[in-house]
Amino acid sequence: MSTTTASPGTWVAARLRNPSFWVEWAAVIGLVVLAVVFTALDGSFLSSGNIRAMLLASAILTILAVGQAFVILTAGIDLSIASVMTFSAVMFGLAMTHGWPLPLACVVALLAGGAFGTINGTLVAKGRITDFIVTLGALSAASGLALILADGKPITVINATLFKLSSGGVGVVPYTFMIAVVVAVVAHVVLFMTPFGTHVLAAGGSVEAAEATGVKVDRIKIAVYLIAGALAGLASILLVARVGSAEPAANTTFLLNSVAAVVLGGVSLFGGKGSIRGPVFGALLLTALANGLTLLGVSQFYQPLAVGIVVVSAAFLTRFEK
Amino acid sequence: MSETVTTTDLLSVRHLSLSFGSVRALQDVSLGLRAGEITAIVGDNGAGKSTLVRCVAGVHQPDEGEIVFDGAPVHFTRPDQARRAGIETVHQNLALVEDLTVWQNLFLNREVTGGFGPFTYLRKRRMRQDAQEMVSALAVNVPAVTSTVRRLSGGQRQAVAICRAAGFSSKLVIMDEPTAALGVQETAKVEDLILRLRDEGHAVFLISHNFDQVMRLSDQVWVMRAGRCVAGRRTADTNAQEIVGLITGAIAG
Repeated sequence: MSTTTASPGTWVAARLRNPSFWVEWAAVIGLVVLAVVFTALDGSFLSSGNIRAMLLASAILTILAVGQAFVILTAGIDLSIASVMTFSAVMFGLAMTHGWPLPLACVVALLAGGAFGTINGTLVAKGRITDFIVTLGALSAASGLALILADGKPITVINATLFKLSSGGVGVVPYTFMIAVVVAVVAHVVLFMTPFGTHVLAAGGSVEAAEATGVKVDRIKIAVYLIAGALAGLASILLVARVGSAEPAANTTFLLNSVAAVVLGGVSLFGGKGSIRGPVFGALLLTALANGLTLLGVSQFYQPLAVGIVVVSAAFLTRFEK
Repeated sequence: MSETVTTTDLLSVRHLSLSFGSVRALQDVSLGLRAGEITAIVGDNGAGKSTLVRCVAGVHQPDEGEIVFDGAPVHFTRPDQARRAGIETVHQNLALVEDLTVWQNLFLNREVTGGFGPFTYLRKRRMRQDAQEMVSALAVNVPAVTSTVRRLSGGQRQAVAICRAAGFSSKLVIMDEPTAALGVQETAKVEDLILRLRDEGHAVFLISHNFDQVMRLSDQVWVMRAGRCVAGRRTADTNAQEIVGLITGAIAG
């Protein structure tokens, strides 16, 4: 409160000394630092072609990170998010190969993801089973179902609209990234401008306080897992569009990176505190990191190592917040 | 009992019993409290005070007996039903969300919204203004309604919790040990606040371990011992020694 009377210089200094500032802006600062370093090492990093490639590559992770953020804001975690995406992709592929029209197949993908999310949420909220175990089970079940339904083989999906979706865009901004941005904007509005969003933050911040004021915490929990599942379903459509087939392969990198993006984005793993903007920049940062390392000719094997170091560093930063 | 349950009471509890398994937490408890008064409930740890107020607040449902509020029997199964009927509780843990702002906590699950259906949005400016009015009406020493609860002192948090209970035209405010965790100055401020609530026409149901406080603030005292309500006195007609005797059982109720 005293900062209002201080000069701008001391205000900035005070902000910089406040660990919350670094937690909140870690992803953005990290992204800028990465951009500077990679541009210095390879001038083509910020070329329009490469920016386009990065935005294209970040769309799926951004959507998953938004879904994961809702769950983590309630102090939960969805370990099944990438497997549910795989399952939804297979359902989408099956619907397409059975000659269903594209919009209907998209609905199938969303419903498949949403259904898995609802089961997760119900087991966590009503079944009183730890989120970790429920979604770990769902991870296995969704991967298994995907393998069974696809008989272990990729389902080729050829569709002109999907091709256009994955390859087209306006300027350097691909269509898929626009979808991701729309998802993020809607998520931000829901979280910060509706009673539901406040109740998500309240349920994550203090279950007792939320229940004492009559917030139906069980419903909120189910809702956030439903959101995560449905967004995994949406991401599966973009995945199939990009790959050209629905593959029943595990996507563990997406799972780890979705959690990593949320942590990088300054969302508290204890729930109740965070933003949507943060995880979106977290997803961009992780994509830029992978892209930059590839550009520099660093072996693919080093990428998980780099992601691991970055995420643990970000989590370490949150330790200083209190 | 020197003071019996009368029909003019704002709240009357009649023959309430509640068991948790083999533990008989409440046994045939009857008491009442009047509008515009501070009614204290005292007793040793485990005497059933908190269980009783939790029944009134809709947290527990009694096995037997009746709760009459504002002239009609009530059967709350959830806290928000009691809230809607005009019974607010200031919980011992205050039930505030630390990472939300003061105004968000004041309006938690009672948000002022615009729009309709899926286009319902929060009217933030309106809530901030109303929160400011609620806070200044009680002359509460809170830095700003836009600051998060995490940044407030213990006394300020208590004030916010009381403010939330006092707002929204509540008729009865239940307070569970409101000053237990506070220092001397902050206790005095909260006591002021409790008196102001009464002066504004709220009935206050106060659980306290502090006899001085009970004697200072209350108009009526009920004493509980081992799950029973053993005595009721007008505060003006009794003294601390008698109350202590009633609590320990040295004086039969």
